[in-house]
Amino acid sequence: MSTKIEFQKVRKTFAIRGETQFTAIEDISLEVKTGEFMVIVGPSGCGKSTLLDLLGGLTKPSSGQILLDGKPITGPALDRGIVFQQYALFPWRTALQNVEFGLETKGVPDKQRREIARDYLALVGLSGFADRHPHELSGGMKQRVAIARALAYDPEVLMMDEPFAALDAQTRETLQGELLGIWERSKKTIIFITHGIDEAVYLGQRVAIMTSRPGRIKKVIDVPRELRSVDEDVRSLPEFGRVRHEVWTLLREEVLKAQQQERRRELGPAVHAGAARTGEVSAHG
Amino acid sequence: MDRPPLSAIEQPLGLTGPGRTWPALLPALTRLASRSAAILCVLALWEVAPRLGLVERAFLPPISEVLATGWVLIENGQLANHVTASLSRSLLGFGAAIAFGVPIGLAIGSSRVVSDFLNPLLETLRNTAALALLPVFILLFGIGESSKVAIVLYACSWSILLNTISGVRNVDPLLIKSARTMGLSQAALLRKVTLPAALPTIFVGIRLAGASSLLVLVAAEMVGAKAGLGYLIQYSQYNFQIPHMYVGIITTTLLGLSFAKTLLWLERRFTAWKAPAVE
Repeated sequence: MSTKIEFQKVRKTFAIRGETQFTAIEDISLEVKTGEFMVIVGPSGCGKSTLLDLLGGLTKPSSGQILLDGKPITGPALDRGIVFQQYALFPWRTALQNVEFGLETKGVPDKQRREIARDYLALVGLSGFADRHPHELSGGMKQRVAIARALAYDPEVLMMDEPFAALDAQTRETLQGELLGIWERSKKTIIFITHGIDEAVYLGQRVAIMTSRPGRIKKVIDVPRELRSVDEDVRSLPEFGRVRHEVWTLLREEVLKAQQQERRRELGPAVHAGAARTGEVSAHG
Repeated sequence: MDRPPLSAIEQPLGLTGPGRTWPALLPALTRLASRSAAILCVLALWEVAPRLGLVERAFLPPISEVLATGWVLIENGQLANHVTASLSRSLLGFGAAIAFGVPIGLAIGSSRVVSDFLNPLLETLRNTAALALLPVFILLFGIGESSKVAIVLYACSWSILLNTISGVRNVDPLLIKSARTMGLSQAALLRKVTLPAALPTIFVGIRLAGASSLLVLVAAEMVGAKAGLGYLIQYSQYNFQIPHMYVGIITTTLLGLSFAKTLLWLERRFTAWKAPAVE
């Protein structure tokens, strides 16, 4: 399979109050194959979302580059779609009009646009809710609309930033299953960010574990094929437990480190910049 | 699938449909009566107090006399003249304030640096009583129509401008981010995301402006005008046509009320997508 996305030694720093450099991610190198379902897990504040902003073209790397189909990313475009944790639906638009949004930018004619949008609403099981506004939908429905919106303009890469984190456990499991089904049918390349280990092992073909800040790729784990069935209750298989444990072990150290950083940061904004620097040192050491 | 009613508006009112009889109308009538009770009480007092000699009849004639005078003014077309004069001035000034305030507000609000720079100035100008500037406006624009339209424009602009700026600045950044990932240009972003998202806040400014447009205009007309409700009130008082004066006052009130109601209706229409407020 060909390479779809390639991170090459990507580093991103931010300036805090104009002077101190704050390193969000450091030396990220990762290849994602065409049609692959790649999950990225990491402790909170490890720069997962920065990674998606970079891939989405909303910000530029401080050094290194990100290639899409071998070409560096220059800005946002409709070849990549993002689904956010907080849905980000436009509240003044109905479900159908939300799904049409990206198609409008793409310049698809009215009638065709509506048809496509209806198809995608049907795909996520919301045919009967086309004319509802977001405030009339449950959290799970909103996220379904957001997924339909991101799929409707047919991006090659679908980026998902903890999309199911705000949902209740049952809705989350249902949507995870549906997402796998959609992925198998649509053959999209999916980059899925989460802090849920179960979710990572259930969804991903590969799981990349990130370190605490500054975020790096600690290890990439292959999830065995046998764990990738939508019909079976794979979560109860011993192999699922083994992979889950492996991810958990790798992640635990990083979570502890991240919590230490967090505590130091809570000492006050005055020492924030200093704490960020110490955090960096301890992550190096 | 049947959707549940979204708000009280969608629930049957018991007023329409075949087979409705008097008992069905009763709750609606009761509601109407209880809502207007306070107003009716004041009107009754207005009628009775002068007749009983509790207040000087020459200064506060009974409401029935005022209404009779009002009818005369309607019939001879004088009231229509005054209303037309006032309404055209306030609508012109108010409309100009929207046409000027919303686009400028969008532009200022889109840039944090510019809005931080201009906000103190705008706050100061808003709190400068527009009427205090009336002599200045008369000096600049003369005693004619333009000075009155200008002062309405001035009085209305600030609340529209400031609310538009704050509306733009408080648009959920995630919506902007989400739209940007779909490759929207700056212009499309403003039109398709920022403006609709800021609309509820902009409407608050528009309603505030609507209220002040009449207020300022009536005062301005009292100072220098040959027609208009402010002129009617002031002129009648000078000539001791006290019922005429009250006709002017009541008409101003009714105009203000219908203005407010219209704006509220427009606001509801344009922001119907909003989640109903929790009561």
